[in-house]
Amino acid sequence: MEGLMEGVLSNVDWPEIGLASWDTLVMVGLSLLFSVVIGLPVGVLLFLFGKRQLLEQPVAYAVLSFVVNVLRSVPFIILLIVMIPFTVMLIGTSLGVAGAIPPLVAGGAPFFARLVETSLREVDRGIIEATQAMGANVRQIVFGALLPEAMPGLIAGITVTAITLVSYAAMSGVIGGGGLGDLAIRFGYQRFQTDVMVITVALLVIFVQVLQMVGDRLVLHFSRK
Amino acid sequence: MIVFDQVQKSYPIKGQAVPALHATSMTIQTGEIFGIVGHSGAGKSTLVRLINLLEPPTAGRILIDDENITGYSPAELRAFRRKVGMIFQHFNLLSSKTVADNIAFPMKLAGIYSAKEIRERVEELLQRVSLADQATKYPSQLSGGQKQRVGVARALACRPTILLCDEATSALDPQTTQSVLRLLADINKELGLTIVLITHEMDVVRRVCDRVAVMDAGEVVEMGAVSDVFLHPKHPTTRDFVFESEHIDHDDMQRDLEHAKGRILRLTFRGESTYTPLLGSVARESGVDFSILSGRIDHIKDTPYGQLTLSLVGGDLDIAMSALTAADVHVEVLR
Repeated sequence: MEGLMEGVLSNVDWPEIGLASWDTLVMVGLSLLFSVVIGLPVGVLLFLFGKRQLLEQPVAYAVLSFVVNVLRSVPFIILLIVMIPFTVMLIGTSLGVAGAIPPLVAGGAPFFARLVETSLREVDRGIIEATQAMGANVRQIVFGALLPEAMPGLIAGITVTAITLVSYAAMSGVIGGGGLGDLAIRFGYQRFQTDVMVITVALLVIFVQVLQMVGDRLVLHFSRK
Repeated sequence: MIVFDQVQKSYPIKGQAVPALHATSMTIQTGEIFGIVGHSGAGKSTLVRLINLLEPPTAGRILIDDENITGYSPAELRAFRRKVGMIFQHFNLLSSKTVADNIAFPMKLAGIYSAKEIRERVEELLQRVSLADQATKYPSQLSGGQKQRVGVARALACRPTILLCDEATSALDPQTTQSVLRLLADINKELGLTIVLITHEMDVVRRVCDRVAVMDAGEVVEMGAVSDVFLHPKHPTTRDFVFESEHIDHDDMQRDLEHAKGRILRLTFRGESTYTPLLGSVARESGVDFSILSGRIDHIKDTPYGQLTLSLVGGDLDIAMSALTAADVHVEVLR
């Protein structure tokens, strides 16, 4: 076993891999957290401002929708570069794990916001009507009925966003973002260390599989239909 | 008492105001079960949603117990809605909440009940709708009839004075419909609750309603006591509904009448006279021979009624007619 490792995976620096995996985990975890914290209210507002909805506001909807579309239409690799001055302004550096988080959130939050809007639209209008008929105000309708009813869809949305962020986080290696992607680019690509490339890709695949599995379990747990 | 004073509703479609309800004035008495019957698109959904202002009227006033609800502020409106329960065709229960939590939901929204009050009220309502053993289940685990009973319990949670039923039995099978209607009639009696019920089935109206309004193309075309409207329909739409509910094919009936000989009468019995053995004695006294062309004996709410179409030959028709009228039978000469 030892010999095999020496021969085939001679370039692999396991502590480095461990560190990079941890960095990826931190990047995905933190950016997912911020994406949800920002994307959820934006998604709820998109839904409420929409046509024939509770707070129908065509202008506010158009503005919000435009911003979300702009962020979503810029390819992430470009967004990473465009965001650099802003990231430096915000946290002092555009490098490393910390530097990767603002562009990741800029990519993840609007993505998640759209998923929130879609899953809220899936909620039966009759339920909103019934809740209104009980004398609920908009806040009560959102927190008491809409979000609980949309819970499975929201969790599925968080899962999809998390997986998207894994690939975005790997991409951030290009501008010195750290993590497994950074390792794959610096060693696997620039130094032709195929074994490092294989290991990082394998770890990313495992990471995504685990996320999907956990997400599916949670969706099932919250589904009552 | 619910008073509609020249209430009108129209929807803007492509910049034009399309009327859903033409100017309507009517009064629904406290404690009665008021039916609104009409085909889909006749405006009955709109009418019932005006009562709790899920749809605000375009013009006119709606007075509930002498208060003009159309002038309410948003906060007043929300407080008012707690006093108006509503049940729906597709139940509209929250799939993410248990049966007990669904029933507790309006009380929690109201924010004026203690946890203990809510728990006790939910327990009481579960008993009332015979679902005490289903409290921890989720709606998806219940049958249609059980779901609607949860809907009823939820609607009653905040002790409303009015209950609105939006096609509440249309998604249920006949047997379940019967049990839900019985539940509605019972709570109407026990709680003195005013019930406004919309339906496209005259049979539902016949079983539980005291009075009925028939709607057609955004207008109330006929209104009155169920027994009057049902036994002596005047407007063509009403007649269609009554025939439909009795499974009478109008053309078939005309053909039958053409074959029959002599005079044709339609007799309507109501109440006790339904059970009186009248026809035989009238035939003997007047010497008239009769054959029954069609007939039906049933109940309107709790009152029995019978309606027979007869052809009469020979004998003294005047004696027969006056004997029938004297026995409190409504006689119509069809031919």
